Amino acid sequence: MSKPLIEIVDLKKSFENLTVLNGISIDVFEGDNFVVFGQSGTGKSVLLKCIVGLLQPDGGDILVNGESIINLSSDKLSEFRKSLGFLFQGAALYDSMSVRENLEFPLKRNFDFTQDEIDQKVISTLSMVGLEESVDKMPSELSGGMRKRIGLARSIITEPKIMLYDEPTTGLDPITSKEISVLILELQKKLNMTSIVVTHDLLCAEIIANKAIVLHNGDIIEEGTIDELTSSDNKLLRNFFSSEIIKE
Amino acid sequence: MDIPKIKYRRDAAFVEKLNNFFTNISGLTIFNIEFFKQLFSLPIEIEQIKKHMNELGVKTFSIVSIMGIILGFVLALQSHPVLERFGATDFLPATVALTIIRELGPILTALIFAGRVSSGIGAEISSMRVTEQIDAMEVSAINPFKYLVVSRVVATTLILPILSIYVIMLSLLGAFVAVIMTDNMSFIYFKNAVVSSITFGDLIPALVKTVFFGYIVGIVGAYKGYTADGGTEGVGRASTTAVVMASLLILIVDMIMVKLTIWLWPTLG
Ligand SMILES: Nc1ncnc2c1ncn2[C@@H]1O[C@H](COP(=O)(O)OP(=O)(O)OP(=O)(O)O)[C@@H](O)[C@H]1O
Ligand SMILES: [Mg+2]
Repeated sequence: MSKPLIEIVDLKKSFENLTVLNGISIDVFEGDNFVVFGQSGTGKSVLLKCIVGLLQPDGGDILVNGESIINLSSDKLSEFRKSLGFLFQGAALYDSMSVRENLEFPLKRNFDFTQDEIDQKVISTLSMVGLEESVDKMPSELSGGMRKRIGLARSIITEPKIMLYDEPTTGLDPITSKEISVLILELQKKLNMTSIVVTHDLLCAEIIANKAIVLHNGDIIEEGTIDELTSSDNKLLRNFFSSEIIKE
Repeated sequence: MDIPKIKYRRDAAFVEKLNNFFTNISGLTIFNIEFFKQLFSLPIEIEQIKKHMNELGVKTFSIVSIMGIILGFVLALQSHPVLERFGATDFLPATVALTIIRELGPILTALIFAGRVSSGIGAEISSMRVTEQIDAMEVSAINPFKYLVVSRVVATTLILPILSIYVIMLSLLGAFVAVIMTDNMSFIYFKNAVVSSITFGDLIPALVKTVFFGYIVGIVGAYKGYTADGGTEGVGRASTTAVVMASLLILIVDMIMVKLTIWLWPTLG
């Protein structure tokens, strides 16, 4: 088998006396849609923030393309981040900018597109998330779900090779939620994107995931395909997925 | 850049507060060093600087205008009976002008500017911090320090001297209004009395001070905003502590600079 694109080795992170990640190892291969499950507060967001270098891990290593991204020089880190997209749990839209400016911001700053190309990209990306008509709104005029979709549009507009999604479908209605999941899958196919997706949404995971792990108390307690996870005998897992299983 | 974090607690003991005080000093020092490191790194955010200068001007224009007129007016009214006691009312224009130019104009403008602007910068940047907008910039390979902090600090540093000169002019006008209400004095006479009494030695140190004051307002607001945490409460805290810290620093720096000018160039004193 080929080398993993993202290789996380024995990653440790704690805040003062609270241990959040207790030595996590995962391999994500090119083209994977890798889903991370886990209860609230188990450190899923922390894991993603370590990967993009927003948080400094206490131990272990993160390799992308075989190269450690911990302690990169700021130039190299910038280069790495240009090839990467990140959807924040709270969308993190720039409040002082309109939707259009939010989407243009990374394009204008890091790439050499003409204004025409930028306009085109903005509209086509917004139509992917179904929000073309909101292009001149301010973030404060958007609903929670709309903010999330604009945040998603902003992070995929640069067509990154690696996408990290922090709960892309939380707070969305089932229909939009499904559309977004399908979009993630399409992006992976079209751009050969590699994604790590943090989610609680089993439906979303069933649509997109080819691999998944479950985090609990700082450890990976199970890994495999969604089918393997949902049919596992592990008591914690049965509890985690029970509400969905009852519905079926 | 690794800035030490301050731990705020409502029931903080004295030792803890003292500890926070030193954390503030070391944090602010690191923040200043980072500012000068990034100040001249290209590209310079000219658009942002212009935008912020414009906003700051609009934001503070009316309040400093009112303050300026009243300052000169009141100072002239107050000085009149005092000078009369010594039979020195002829010196009124010169006394008032020197007081305004050398001290009151710059310091009052700076304090009002601090109240309005460092709190505003603190609130803006801290709300971006707590809603992860700063993290989002960083992840998009955009340097948030340069985009948000450097541009604002440069803007405050450039705009405060301009505002101070404007306030000084208005104050002198206010003083003239007060003077013609009691004395029979022509504008030309007043103007000549003022112009002949002031020297470059009065003007230059005063203007140099305002550059420092403008810098303080920007850097303190930005520091408090950039290092904020703890949700919406952190936003409120950043904006209030920024005003307090900026005002205090302005007063301290004023004291040091006045002493320094008089010590270095006694002839100016
Ligand atoms: N910057 C920080 N400083 C201190 N503690 C933190 C910080 N960030 C996260 N934590 C702590 O780390 C733990 C994991 O947080 P994290 O945000 O990763 O949870 P999560 O798995 O994403 O949960 P959710 O599903 O609710 O988003 C929490 O207990 C949180 O309090
Ligand atoms: Mg989270």
